[in-house]
Amino acid sequence: VDLKYTSEEEAFRAGVRAFIEAELPADIRAKMGLGKRLQKDDLTRWQKILHAHGWGAVMWPARFGGTGWNVVQQHIFEEERADIGAPPQNAFSLKMLAPVLMTFANPAQQDYFLPRILAGEDWWCQGYSEPGAGSDLASLRTGAVRQGDHYLVNGQKTWNTLGQYADWIFCLVRTSSEGRPQQGISFLLIDMKSPGITLRPITMLDGEHEINEIWFDNVQVPVQNLVGDENKGWTDAKFLLTHERTNNAGIGSCTRALKKLKQIAARETANGRPLLEETRFRDRIAQVELELMALEITNLRVLSATADESRALGPEVSVLKIKGSEIQQTIAELQMQALGPDALPYLREALEMDWVADPSFAEHYRPYAPPLTGQYFNMRKTTIYAGSTEIQKNIISQLILGL
Amino acid sequence: LTGAAVDFNYSNEQVALRETLQRFISRDYDFERRRELARSPLGFSAEAWSRYAELGFLSLPFPEECGGLGGNSVDTMLVMEMVGRGLLLEPYLSSIVLGGGLLRDSGSDSIKRQMLPRIAAGECKMALACYEAAGRYDLSQVACTAARSGDGWRLSGRKTVVLDAPSADYFLVSARSGGNLRDEHGISVFLIGRETAGLTLFAYPTQSGGRAADVRLADVTLAPGALIGAAGEGLGLLERAVDKGIAALCAEAVGIIAALNEATLNYLKTRKQFGVPIGKFQALQHRMADMLIAAEQSRSMAIFAAVYADSEDARERRRAVSGAKAYVGQAARLVGQQAVQMHGAMGVVDELIVSHYFKRLTMIDLTLGDVDFQLGRFSRLL
Repeated sequence: VDLKYTSEEEAFRAGVRAFIEAELPADIRAKMGLGKRLQKDDLTRWQKILHAHGWGAVMWPARFGGTGWNVVQQHIFEEERADIGAPPQNAFSLKMLAPVLMTFANPAQQDYFLPRILAGEDWWCQGYSEPGAGSDLASLRTGAVRQGDHYLVNGQKTWNTLGQYADWIFCLVRTSSEGRPQQGISFLLIDMKSPGITLRPITMLDGEHEINEIWFDNVQVPVQNLVGDENKGWTDAKFLLTHERTNNAGIGSCTRALKKLKQIAARETANGRPLLEETRFRDRIAQVELELMALEITNLRVLSATADESRALGPEVSVLKIKGSEIQQTIAELQMQALGPDALPYLREALEMDWVADPSFAEHYRPYAPPLTGQYFNMRKTTIYAGSTEIQKNIISQLILGL
Repeated sequence: LTGAAVDFNYSNEQVALRETLQRFISRDYDFERRRELARSPLGFSAEAWSRYAELGFLSLPFPEECGGLGGNSVDTMLVMEMVGRGLLLEPYLSSIVLGGGLLRDSGSDSIKRQMLPRIAAGECKMALACYEAAGRYDLSQVACTAARSGDGWRLSGRKTVVLDAPSADYFLVSARSGGNLRDEHGISVFLIGRETAGLTLFAYPTQSGGRAADVRLADVTLAPGALIGAAGEGLGLLERAVDKGIAALCAEAVGIIAALNEATLNYLKTRKQFGVPIGKFQALQHRMADMLIAAEQSRSMAIFAAVYADSEDARERRRAVSGAKAYVGQAARLVGQQAVQMHGAMGVVDELIVSHYFKRLTMIDLTLGDVDFQLGRFSRLL
């Protein structure tokens, strides 16, 4: 056991840091630092910059155009990215769909879609959940009926993230109602420009538009957009979810958020002293820091074990997902709490870069304050999405504990 | 509860009061209506406010000689529980409990005769401006100055996150007439009309749909009669008013907790996954049971706070209201977070009332002192 990075790894870290410091556009960095709204353009611009440097996909193997980095290098990149405040890349494209394509798609599909993801040309979103199929995903009903050289897709998806930006959507559709519900599902790639697709925004509790409902009304999808075999899509679906959950550990983002929490607590005051010196509050920070320290090492243990044994990630990612999501929530809650009564104002316009606080307000209301309460509200989603905490505990109970 | 025989029964009048409000909410204040109001410029319903006046809710806690019904904090508790359940946006806490309450308990007879009937009639709304930048929940952190000017006063400074300030006709403002920044003595309380020269607002909505403002006072000149209570002895008055406000917020939280538990239980019984209602899963059953326990325990603490909020013994009063708010705040966190969690994605959307209840509970904790603040205050009085 050695928890210290080698000198090669430290040199690698310095290189990553130098690159991000130099290439991350100042406006994107400023938005990230102040918790402002990011636009699609901010995210694709950053993807293109990384791609131009050959770092478009740090988690992909080299044969598909990825960096081919090992898990420690990927972890270092993620730490530095988050610490400097570069936006996360589109996980739906790079970390969820791409592994499925690499494993189950045919060469023509791989050759067409993977380079476009890498170059930031296509934005992908996910079509999994339906109104009646959330935790019980296999009960999904959106149907795809084969008609000659295309499928005719009808149905409704919901809780779709950032579909308003998307060029493509990967969908689980029902191609057969025979046998167990899991047996008639297929994995289909659908062009968002196809006639018959309607997208309705769903406003979240923080007032923001992040998720959507999507309707499919006789949408024609060419059969060559089927990934893997018809009716075998459940395998791809589960494979993807395992990847999704690993990403949800979000250690780099948590580390940055924790650092920010400490800065906020040092600036806010209670009883005439920095809030950070108040034992009751300080201990809460200490507690969440301990959780994060443990998770960071657990995460590396899981990743190195799978790398050493050359096997796919298994049910142990549920541990990472549960802990990672809870830590994100706790830090967001403490950031809000640190503001005290200043957490009450709701200033939607303050999330835009060009917002200038009224001078009488700016004197006491810190620049970091406006997004924090909304972020706490928003973070409630993390224990619900990508398989709720309850589902993760079922997976641990059944697949690890054998109960 | 010690002393006299314990009695948890409400009087006929109290039961009628609650039923009236319940009917009002179901008929005239459904969730869609509430959403429209929260988005409207005023942020609440002027009609509803007049209706509350007609029904006697606004005069409830004021003495009969000032046009009131002579109610106590238990009566206020019953109203506030319904304010919670209906997520009512009108400034009941600010105008009636905090502002009106402070004048009732500490105003001169002439001020009371002049102000309370108008407040009770809904003609005049109040806001309490008692917190400042970097002061967090500390009522004694007062940098705003009150200097003698002729036989009156001149005030300068800033008060932050003044709840319901944009609609207020009068402000009760704490300012320092002596001593240093965090001294307990030297704080005075003033009654200031909205139109007074030198008083300006920076208004904004709050995270739970209400309105608030930062209030700037620039050489605001006041007549001698604007001073409430004795000069330099204002902290006690503020604390007394805020303590009653804390008891009222506990009741509001209890109303929300009860409503959230009902909504969640209903969801557990109707939402089906894996072929059964999700309420069949033991993991969720036990969590729902924890939420029921939290609701019952919170209700007990809200009653405790209401009973002792009117105590003349300041120590007893502080212990009760701070203990209750620390307790209810933690229970509200559990219930709010778990109600959202058990609703799944339906819990984090704007179009269902669940997220609005959750947000209001979160903001109640951050109003008039959060769990940490109240736990500290209670601990010091162990």
